[in-house]
Amino acid sequence: MGLEAYVAVSAGLFALGIIAIIVRRNVLYVLMGIEMILNAANINFVAFSHFQGDSLDGRMFAIFTIILAAAEAAVALAIVLNVFHLYDSIKPSDADLLRE
Amino acid sequence: MENSSKIFYAALAVLVLGAHGAGLASAGAEGLAFGLFASLTLGGALVCIWERSVVRSAFSLMATFIGIAGLFLLLTADFLAMAQILIYVGGILALILFGVMLTPPDMEERKLPRVLSGLVLIGGGFAWVGMQVADSAHFATRAADASLEGVNNAKRIGVGFLAADQYVVAFELAAVVLTVALVAAVYIARRRRVDLEPAAAGELTGYDASNGGDA
Repeated sequence: MGLEAYVAVSAGLFALGIIAIIVRRNVLYVLMGIEMILNAANINFVAFSHFQGDSLDGRMFAIFTIILAAAEAAVALAIVLNVFHLYDSIKPSDADLLRE
Repeated sequence: MENSSKIFYAALAVLVLGAHGAGLASAGAEGLAFGLFASLTLGGALVCIWERSVVRSAFSLMATFIGIAGLFLLLTADFLAMAQILIYVGGILALILFGVMLTPPDMEERKLPRVLSGLVLIGGGFAWVGMQVADSAHFATRAADASLEGVNNAKRIGVGFLAADQYVVAFELAAVVLTVALVAAVYIARRRRVDLEPAAAGELTGYDASNGGDA
């Protein structure tokens, strides 16, 4: 399969991640959508590095993305737990303490 | 099972079979593997958006992550495929499931028109942009470097991490970021003593809410 097929899969996954973020009203879906988007970027990195002479750079980028995604997921879950504790809700629109 | 879900899963099965057939027709066995992993990736993401229950969504996200690991394997990035399964399926998905268990279920949150219109709008938009890009862009590819034939991927990545002229600074920075982020996550998520013993809260802070206004 050529590079275009991988780029197409990556674009589709990116679109589905965006849909998960804006369609579902639940913080956990926002988190899952972010993971989908990061993974779409990873597919692109690895595909381009593979079709550009198997260089190491794209894979290294993908590994650092995975590292940052792990850190992000841990912090985001901690924030979700705190927000649920404070507002008794996991809808992003309910966290509106600063609104008058 | 609701009618809409029946229609959705039937359409999904047809699409998955079509992807397998198209892959097999265009590139033989490799195309079939690509069709399998691509439909696992995109199908898992679709089911994740569709399902009412967060637990089912989280588990269908597992299919997405495994499909991506398969795509990495097809791209000869075997170390990344293993890291993907270890970190995403074993780590991040477990974290999300913890989040599911610690928050209440909300089965009425998904609205069918919202999901469908989101799928149509964004999917259509991306298809249009994709066709524009496919018409205009050309991705130049280069044959794999022959000197790297048969070189161990994990070893290459390990050398890249530690060689002074490659990624050692980024590697150390990533270690610092991970340590800080995980300690911070534990600090943010921990229960404060005040939360655990509501009765003792007044003594701890020297403030009593019940008669604080009068005194």
